[in-house]
Amino acid sequence: MRVIIVGCGRVGAWVASELDRRGEHVTAIDMNPRAFTRLPSTFKGETVRGSGTDEDVMRSAGAEQADLLMALTEGDNRNALAAQLGKHIFGVPRVIAKLNDPLRGEAYRALGIETMSRTTILGNALVLAAVDGAEATNGFVEPATAEPRRGVPPQGSRAEKDARTALGAADVEPGSDAASILQPADGLDGGL
Amino acid sequence: MYVVVIGGGNVGYYLTKELLAAGHEVVVIEEELTRARQIADELGSIVVANDGCEGRYQAEAGMGRADVVAAVTGDDAVNLAACQIAKMRFNVGRAIARVNDPKNEKLFRQLAIDETVSPTRAILAVIEHEIPVHDLLHLAELEGGQVQIVEAQLDADSPAIGRELRELKLPEGSMIAVLIRDDKAQSPRGDTTLRVGDKLLAVTSAAREAELRSLFIGE
Repeated sequence: MRVIIVGCGRVGAWVASELDRRGEHVTAIDMNPRAFTRLPSTFKGETVRGSGTDEDVMRSAGAEQADLLMALTEGDNRNALAAQLGKHIFGVPRVIAKLNDPLRGEAYRALGIETMSRTTILGNALVLAAVDGAEATNGFVEPATAEPRRGVPPQGSRAEKDARTALGAADVEPGSDAASILQPADGLDGGL
Repeated sequence: MYVVVIGGGNVGYYLTKELLAAGHEVVVIEEELTRARQIADELGSIVVANDGCEGRYQAEAGMGRADVVAAVTGDDAVNLAACQIAKMRFNVGRAIARVNDPKNEKLFRQLAIDETVSPTRAILAVIEHEIPVHDLLHLAELEGGQVQIVEAQLDADSPAIGRELRELKLPEGSMIAVLIRDDKAQSPRGDTTLRVGDKLLAVTSAAREAELRSLFIGE
């Protein structure tokens, strides 16, 4: 499958290198040649410097032969233009545009474009994480892999109260011996 | 008429001023706050200081009752998005887009933008008229590009020099509309003999344009 990726930012570079690793023929387009340094050294695809909303640039990236075009720049309007250029001028069978404004996404889906909204995906995952915990988000919110090294919780914070309650010393004054038990015994700075 | 102008740059500003002077009702949407204030100070509270591509700000500008939307920013992507949202969500009758890259005109038309205006192409046309070119000049296109109105300027290399118009076999669907000779327009006749410096305005189908070119311009 021939894939054109417009915008080689973090998302674009991630998708480009993943698809490349899976053996797809990938061409990445970006205005800024430094963006291509985000691609791994193993990347076997092609890079084209230029604007993904420019017909000539798109043609030199092989849009006429592309099976899929993904518009992943930081701008919704640019993505919408690049996607429609691919679909209507080059007849690319599938186009996906990253449109962070969900309302705009709705409008463009009605015009035959697949859309994806970072706002919706991130938003939904974070709501789920807030209500049901990171584990409920199918890996979208990644749980911590270790407990942080403990420092002294800020005075009056919930962590401090919890710690004092756990020590059965809720009535001990801050700064007393009981509170100092929370400090690392090895004398290193316990902060993160 | 009620007109919503997207973009308060130089084009948007002067357009708004002219429209107001002509008695139209106008609202401008300009994202940049300082610029928006500047226009409001001068022209009154007719400015929405926000993103003209977003439906809710278009609603705030009264897009629902607009007769015309004119998207005139310096960014083609913005102009296209603004017109598309206005047409899709507010069913605006007439959407006009400024097109900076002339190649985008075709796409915009295909996407149901009613009118495109390309300053780049306009300036290019002026320059091409000044400089003799060995090709047909495109003056206008009709029926979505199927029908072209072109101009042929005959120089000494033209194979049509010294021949009568009726001798020339025009491609099907083509006709010579006007002959311009010595800065005067005249109706072309079958017995008109073509000379160096003549200009012919012709209507042709896009498909047969190349034949017309070899007839009047040469290879």
